[in-house]
Amino acid sequence: MPLPYPIETPSQTAGPFLHIGLMPDIAGHERHPAPYGREIVGADTPGPRIEITGRVLDGTGTPVRDMLVEVWQADGAGIYNHPEDPRVADVAAGFAGFGRYATDFDDGSFRIETIKPGAVPGRHGRPQAPHLNIWLAARGVNIGLSTRLYFDDESEANAADPVLSMIEQAERRRTLIAVAEGDGRYRFDIRLQGEGETVFLDI
Amino acid sequence: MRDEFFQRDRRMHPPAFTPDYKTTVARSPRQPLLSVENSLSEITGPTFGHGALGALDHDLIKNHAIDGDPVGERIIVHGRVTDQAGRPVPNALVEVWQANAGGRYRHVKDGYLAPVDPNFGGCGRCLSDADGYYNFRTIKPGAYPFRNYSNSWRMAHIHFSIFGAGLAQRLITQMYFEGDPLRDQDPIAQTIPDAAALDRLMAPLDLNAAVPLDCLAYRFDIVLRGRRQTLFENKLEGS
Repeated sequence: MPLPYPIETPSQTAGPFLHIGLMPDIAGHERHPAPYGREIVGADTPGPRIEITGRVLDGTGTPVRDMLVEVWQADGAGIYNHPEDPRVADVAAGFAGFGRYATDFDDGSFRIETIKPGAVPGRHGRPQAPHLNIWLAARGVNIGLSTRLYFDDESEANAADPVLSMIEQAERRRTLIAVAEGDGRYRFDIRLQGEGETVFLDI
Repeated sequence: MRDEFFQRDRRMHPPAFTPDYKTTVARSPRQPLLSVENSLSEITGPTFGHGALGALDHDLIKNHAIDGDPVGERIIVHGRVTDQAGRPVPNALVEVWQANAGGRYRHVKDGYLAPVDPNFGGCGRCLSDADGYYNFRTIKPGAYPFRNYSNSWRMAHIHFSIFGAGLAQRLITQMYFEGDPLRDQDPIAQTIPDAAALDRLMAPLDLNAAVPLDCLAYRFDIVLRGRRQTLFENKLEGS
């Protein structure tokens, strides 16, 4: 007899109008509550400032212009702003760690302004390379897609990262690594399908 | 606590590629997902305080009213957020969005001919209480057509976005209404392969929660992933 564990509520697509509930200002609402996730970091949060730009592309190479892009990251010292991080008392001042973006209605681009995260402890005492946790939802995406963004100027840490190392096809690891373009700017494109398909995670 | 979440049972969720819902064809990965064990990155997640919530954020009948109440069937939607171990999930951020009574969204990209309701916005949010309980008041949304097959219609639904205790519990779904006759042809609802799993999105009428002479009520309980209790060695954090 099966044990009586309830099943998880099934996922459904967020649909084309997710902005209404999650970013009402972008949906064109003039009367709306202050959206969550507007700033990952406060104005005075210490840490190296970075800007990440990119696009989300579908299997035909067409920009996805209605994608929700959520970011969850640690601060510059690798501490999450969450009670289950044992170091949370030391998290950087004004650091939220959560950001929420919509891809542009015309060209499918997004832009993330934040600080570069520090390395985060992993399982069995093995450090994880600096990374952003990314979660994507949109029309045509039945269940939210998880991925990570790493940095190409952290090659030593990336080589030892437990998640990147688990990707059997070494060539595919590149799909998770943002390319430094100087002055704290990085480029990161997400390909949902086909050639250069981003590695997505079952977390 | 720092305990891991149960493995997500993806047989109870829609797969990424469901060609009868055409938009999934070019937006579904072809490679398998990489399954990773939980680390701090997955068991933590954003937390939300009551500070940012306005008094009317969970009342869609009043939060966009300009010169009167919106047109349509007045309803309460309420329920509990629990996990697969049966524990309540307190302080879960529940965000909702929906069309108005005619099936029209207040969104710059919705061009359906049914009119916008000047007194209805269609967005709301709240935090679950210590017992995982949440509630909204709104107008029952209408069904509407969408470009899939030439005569595809969505059954009436309310979109739900939920943040639990950790990123691994992040979920977006849709609530439907008990007995909706469009269920069997709705290509999006039908992406769920297991009929009993889809049943869990069909909110039953809850007459006992109605307000007499005012509004009806529907009950929608939400189950997020459970957490295992660490019975033996836990190496999640390392030494």
